[in-house]
Amino acid sequence: MAINREFVGHEFSAGAPYEVTRGKIREFAEAIGDPHPAYRSVEAARELGHPDVIAPPTFGIVAAGAAAESNPIRRPEFGLNMRLVVHGEQQFRYERPIRAGDVLTATGRIAEIRDAGSNELVRVETEIRDAGGDLVCTAVNVIVSRGTAAGAGE
Amino acid sequence: MASPSYDEVAVGTEIGPERYPIQRLTLVKYCGASGDFNVIHWNERIARQAGLPDVIAHGMLTMAEAARLVTDWAGDPGAVREYGVRFAKPVVVPDDDTGVEVLVTGRVAEKLPDRRVAVDLTATCGDVEVLAKARAVVQLA
Repeated sequence: MAINREFVGHEFSAGAPYEVTRGKIREFAEAIGDPHPAYRSVEAARELGHPDVIAPPTFGIVAAGAAAESNPIRRPEFGLNMRLVVHGEQQFRYERPIRAGDVLTATGRIAEIRDAGSNELVRVETEIRDAGGDLVCTAVNVIVSRGTAAGAGE
Repeated sequence: MASPSYDEVAVGTEIGPERYPIQRLTLVKYCGASGDFNVIHWNERIARQAGLPDVIAHGMLTMAEAARLVTDWAGDPGAVREYGVRFAKPVVVPDDDTGVEVLVTGRVAEKLPDRRVAVDLTATCGDVEVLAKARAVVQLA
């Protein structure tokens, strides 16, 4: 079954902002096995010119994920079989690093749904903004629906 | 930490290689820290039902490990302005005491305006390339 193209352009966001804490950043750094002091020590982060501990470059996925519950890809009418889905691509563009104390709001948008061979690709672009409304990070996520394109299956 | 300066960095400069281990415990920790509890990252039965050889690592975990090559090189992790990858093949993580290693190498691919450089990354597990089109743009001093 093909994915419902009517969702192109659909926007969604988390109900509440995501508050970034030092403890969460440290936990994430531990999980990825990265001992860098800028993720743990305020002094080390300040020596690098940051006001507080900063998050690793892939931490944007946590802030973007805060909006995931309202992402329409899980709705039946979206037409996606989650068992056929793999994470195809991920990109982050940072205006500045995410840091402890940030209160972030993520707004996602279904930017594109298209066929690629026998697969379908869904591109989701998420803007992560701070409490002042300034853009911190844009996360682009491409998910692949395996074998569901209209021309699939010979 | 000694950070490379833009003027001293040449296109073609090699970074790494470094090896980053992944074990089942790593996946459990990453599930908790990231909030991604997709069962294919911790349940072998369901991973096999989904057509996978075994439990696989989160692509985002592999992406994070590859990033570390760049952040350690740059000195300041906040210097990474752009970072993107394509997930080429899954990293299969066996249920043993050893796990697997992801081997990451980098190469300065381009010098960009505003004292930024593009670093292309390769990440392999065994002989399999697990990330494709992996590139980070780093702000240097």
